[in-house]
Amino acid sequence: MLRVIASFGCGLLFAIGLLISGMTDPRKILGFLDLFGAWDPTLAFVMAGAVAVTGLGFALARRRSTPILAERSVLPTQAGITARLLIGSGLFGIGWGLVGLCPGPALVNLAGLNVPVILFVAAMAAGMSGYNLWQSGFAKAKRQADASAALSEG
Amino acid sequence: MQDFTPISGLVGGVLIGFACALLMLLNGRIAGVSGVFAGLLPPNRSDRDWRLSFLCGLIAAPLLGTIARFSLPRPTLPADLWLVLVSGLLVGLGTRMSGGCTSGHGVCGTARLSTRSLAATAAFMVTAIATVAIVRHVIGG
Repeated sequence: MLRVIASFGCGLLFAIGLLISGMTDPRKILGFLDLFGAWDPTLAFVMAGAVAVTGLGFALARRRSTPILAERSVLPTQAGITARLLIGSGLFGIGWGLVGLCPGPALVNLAGLNVPVILFVAAMAAGMSGYNLWQSGFAKAKRQADASAALSEG
Repeated sequence: MQDFTPISGLVGGVLIGFACALLMLLNGRIAGVSGVFAGLLPPNRSDRDWRLSFLCGLIAAPLLGTIARFSLPRPTLPADLWLVLVSGLLVGLGTRMSGGCTSGHGVCGTARLSTRSLAATAAFMVTAIATVAIVRHVIGG
């Protein structure tokens, strides 16, 4: 229960940060991305503040053997810069640049119940599920191919 | 440059940093919004409770703000809903393919000095800047 309350509080604080910094407004995002227009560097200040405090927090977390409310911490295990990482990030960047919404601000903006925001979040969910379904289908097909290859070898 | 707001940007950024730091210190989790959200969707659902409560916190913030007489955010999105749809699909697909977005790779990964996240952040910044340049100055110019 404490973990659920803690994560609610973190979500709340995260969104307050987005709202205060203006990052829930796509115009601020596009203003930053518009290097060749009337450039608004605000996003760089948001990132600098966020990265600095997060870095300090993570350093503190590393000095503990376990998190305060959980048995263990869950950290990314993948290593290496892959084509999938770069292509995926590249596609995300195109989507971000088209409208000026990334997942955090999009979800915060759901509170306003605007039709375009709801459509954006639904499409985002479809993109996520679609990719994961495609991946699991791919993994299943590979397992079947491996199994039939093993059978024909045996 | 009339829209440049460095102070509120820095203050908001520090609060976002506190949220990421606390989620790691308390729950041992990375505050990557695309990953938190995707974990609630089929086919890879897991750890529903903390994910859902984090997202409730995100949506509750502007609602609680209305009590303090702040208005709900009214984001300006393109009138062309097809563009919004394509953008959402690309954001969803791309963040799952790369395993993170502006928060997971951009903030948390960068803070961990993960080379994967630094590369991912560089990649999405480049394509986002190129997209805005094309939309505003090539097509729109």
